[in-house]
Order: sequence, then C-alpha cells, then structure tokens
Amino acid sequence: MFDRFHKYASPPYFHAFARRLSPWLFGLSAVLFVVGLVGGLVLAPADYQQGDSFRIIYIHVPSAWLSMFVYMVMASAGAVGLIWKVKMGDIIARACAPLGASFTFLALATGSLWGKPMWGTWWVWDARLTSELILLFLYLGYLALQSAIEDRRAAARAGAVLAIVGVVNIPIIHYSVEWWSTLHQGPTVTKFDTPSIATSMLIPLLAMTLAFKTLFAAVLLVRTRCEILEFEQHTTWVRELTLGAESR
Amino acid sequence: MSAAAAGGSALGAARAVFARDLTRAWRRRSEILQPLVFFAITVYLFPLAIGPSEQTLRVLLPSICWVAVLLSMSLTLPEVFAADHADGSLELLALSPQPLALLALMKAGAHWLTSAAPLLVLGGLLCALFGLDAVTLRALLLGLLLGSPVLSLIGALASALTVGLRGGTLLLALITLPMYIPVLIFGTSAARNAALGLPVEAEMFLLSGLSVLALTLTPWATAAALRARLG
Amino acid sequence: MKSLQEFLAMGGYAAYVWSSYALAAVVLAWNVVQALRREKQVLRTLAARARNRKDAT
Repeated sequence: MFDRFHKYASPPYFHAFARRLSPWLFGLSAVLFVVGLVGGLVLAPADYQQGDSFRIIYIHVPSAWLSMFVYMVMASAGAVGLIWKVKMGDIIARACAPLGASFTFLALATGSLWGKPMWGTWWVWDARLTSELILLFLYLGYLALQSAIEDRRAAARAGAVLAIVGVVNIPIIHYSVEWWSTLHQGPTVTKFDTPSIATSMLIPLLAMTLAFKTLFAAVLLVRTRCEILEFEQHTTWVRELTLGAESR
Repeated sequence: MSAAAAGGSALGAARAVFARDLTRAWRRRSEILQPLVFFAITVYLFPLAIGPSEQTLRVLLPSICWVAVLLSMSLTLPEVFAADHADGSLELLALSPQPLALLALMKAGAHWLTSAAPLLVLGGLLCALFGLDAVTLRALLLGLLLGSPVLSLIGALASALTVGLRGGTLLLALITLPMYIPVLIFGTSAARNAALGLPVEAEMFLLSGLSVLALTLTPWATAAALRARLG
Repeated sequence: MKSLQEFLAMGGYAAYVWSSYALAAVVLAWNVVQALRREKQVLRTLAARARNRKDAT
C-alpha cells in the first residue's frame, strides 16, 4: 500500500499525473461554481436580519476556510520535504503559497465588504481578524523568503521552517471566536452539533467551498508542474519533455 | 575557539558562544548605542506628530514604547548571525558535535542582553520622563521584561532564516514583526489595564507563557533554519 | 421570483455584494491564468535552453 503512494514522490511521475488530473478538476470546479452561485445568489432566500448582504458568505467563508487549509497543506508538504527530504514536498509547498495568500486576501477583503453594512465598520481589531491578517503576513513573508534565496532547495527548506513555526496561528484563527468574546460570528457549521443555518443556505455554501477547493487543487497541480520543471531543469527527462512539447 | 579548550562539552561550547558574542558586542560598544538612539528618535517622533495634547501622549506612551522596542529590535537582529556567517564560523558551529539548538539559544540570549535589556532601561527612563505614572510604568516594564525573551528568540529564528541575504534586514523585519504581534497585544493590553486600575495578572501570565513556549521550541527551529540555509 | 432589477440591487447592498463577487472572480481568474501562462513560458524557456545545448554538442 505504501508503494502506491511512493511513486507520487517521483517528480516525473507526479508531473504526468498532474497533467492528466488537472483538466478534470477544472471541469468539476466549474460545475460546482455554477451550482453554488445559482443556489447562493438566486435560490437561497434573503436572510431575516442581514437581507441580501449575507450572500457575501458564499465568497467569504470558502476563502477563509481555504486560507487555513492551504496553509496546512503548505506546512505539511514543507515538513515532508524538510524532515524526510522528499523533493515533491518542497515543490508542492512552494506552489501553494501564492494561492494561499490570494485566499487570505480575499477573505479579509470580502470580510470588510460584509462588515461595513453589517457592523458599520470596515475593520475591527478582534482576535479572528487580527490573526487572519497575521496569516496574510506569514504568506507574504514566506513568498519574500522564497524569492530572496536563490537555491530553490535551500529556499524551500527555510520556507518550511517558517511555515511550520507559523502553524500555531491556525488554531488561534479557528478557535478565537470561542476563546474571546468577539464581534465576528461564532461557529455555525463546524461545531459538533447540527448546523445552525438553514439548509437552503447551507447547500450552496458547501458547493462553493468544494468549488474553491477543487479550483485550488487544479491550479496547484498546474503550478506544481511548473515548479517541477524548474527544479528538475537539468535532468534528461525534463529536456526531452520540453523538446517534445515544443515540437507538438 | 575556546570550545575545544573546554574539552568539547556542550555547556562549555554554550558558554564560549555566549562569551564570544558578548565580547564582540563590548568591543563594538558604539554599535550598541545606535539602536538606542533609533529607539529614542522613534519615541520622540510621536509627541511631535501628536501635537500639544499631553493627555493623548500619556495615554499612548506605553504603546509607542512597545512599537519602538519592536522596531529597534528588528534592526539589531541581523547581527545575531551575520558576523559569524561573514567570517565562516557559522558553518563551523553548525558542523560541530555540540547541539546547534543550544548554541542558537545562547546567541539569542546574548542578543537579549545586548539589545533588549538596554532598550528596556532606556524605555523606562523615557516614559518616566514623559510623565507616565508609576502604576502604568511598572506594568509596562514588567510586560517588556516578560515578553522581550520571545522577541529575541523569534528574532534569532528569523535572523537564521535570512542570514547573508541581500536586503536581509527588510526581509527579516517583514518576517519578524507579524510574529511579534501577539506579544505586542498582550503587553500593551497590560499597560492599558494598569492605567485603568484593572488587574494585569492575565496578560503577565500570557506573556510568561509565550516566553516559556518560545524558549523551549524556537532553539530547535533556529537550528533547523541554520541547517536549511547552510546545508 | 425576483425581477432582474431586484436581483442586481441585492436589497440595497448591491455595491458590497457585487464588489465581493467581482473581487473573487478577478483573484481566482488571475490565479488560473497566471499559472497556465507561466507553464507555457517555462516550457518555452526550457525548450530553448535544451535546443541550444543540443546544437552546441
């Protein structure tokens, strides 16, 4: 069984695998976006208190979840690369970073756009928003560190250390609304209870989250392919691949 | 190096690294003054910016002090590993049989002694000079005392990550300052509560907790960072 | 069913809601386009380099 996963650690195998899989993920993501957008913008009824502004949830919540999920992928891949010296770990971690930063930015921006009509303010210094902002800075620091170090493998390893240290921020973001009394809404879906949100509003939310997640996976595979080629540019298989691709 | 003279024990190496950093700092005494001057300038900018309202200044003073400490410390952090990296002794330290985490801890400790401690003293003096009351001043200084080890420890980690890089100081500040934010929040919260006459135990315990956490975890991360950069 | 006008107005919150969706569209699209374009560029650059090496030998 271990052998089944072991082959994915090989860059040429992963490259071919990513080539095959990403179109399907793009397609699946597109379908899920249609389902989520129609369900969220058209079918779901307006909220009793927030009116139609609550529909920002269909962008804000998936972005926020992904911002944390991508960070965990980045840190885990980095750890695999750092501790077990698996090159694919380094490669995947590097590929994750711009995506994670994008999702974090989107979460913060849509949060502000939602907060203005609801709370009357673009920003409030509570624990969740502050720690999400710190997450954005962590991503940016990681990206800056990667571009400053020329040797890709050394850069990936240094980045992995940074990413792993920053993992403490993730539970803080998630549990901040429980630990501190805060303006931000408490957990409505991920608590160990029946969700306190209407089903007609919940289904599009799940669809949009899956849409974001599959899109992330698809783009990650594309970026990983690029990183593999750059990491392995001096190998024969890359040379043959690029010459073959050109002649097509 | 005196590590060899100490018979190659871990503690001997630790003591040697610590002493060497302190000696080097002492020999360049004037360089210890520079971050202090920067700190003073930064603090002095605020009364000029805020204007004649003394009340506003006194309310903001602890926060100004904290931010100035954070900025001044991020400027001194490159030196933790820069000198050793430049003359090649960093690679020797990494290759030595002594635990690298312990040596990293000693370097962070030396940094605290030469950078953080003087800043705390000067910060206290300036705040007292600007008329900060005794209760708030005590909370401010205690918070700085309990939180500053975290600053040096995390700073040493970031310094290891960025050692020898072009534009390293800015990158180091970019990495370090977000990680300083929890310390900043708790420290200034303590000062604010003290000014209102509220108890500050919670913040002090949190700051101590952060320091202990940093003390136990960051040396290994710093060693890993050094190996990642030097390997 | 709502009219198109009602739909676009979003109960008065149009600016906030549509800005959010537009921002999301831009950010996500940029990520997709940038990734695909970069792949094309990398393949081109590495192919040129490989060709040069082949010609040189």
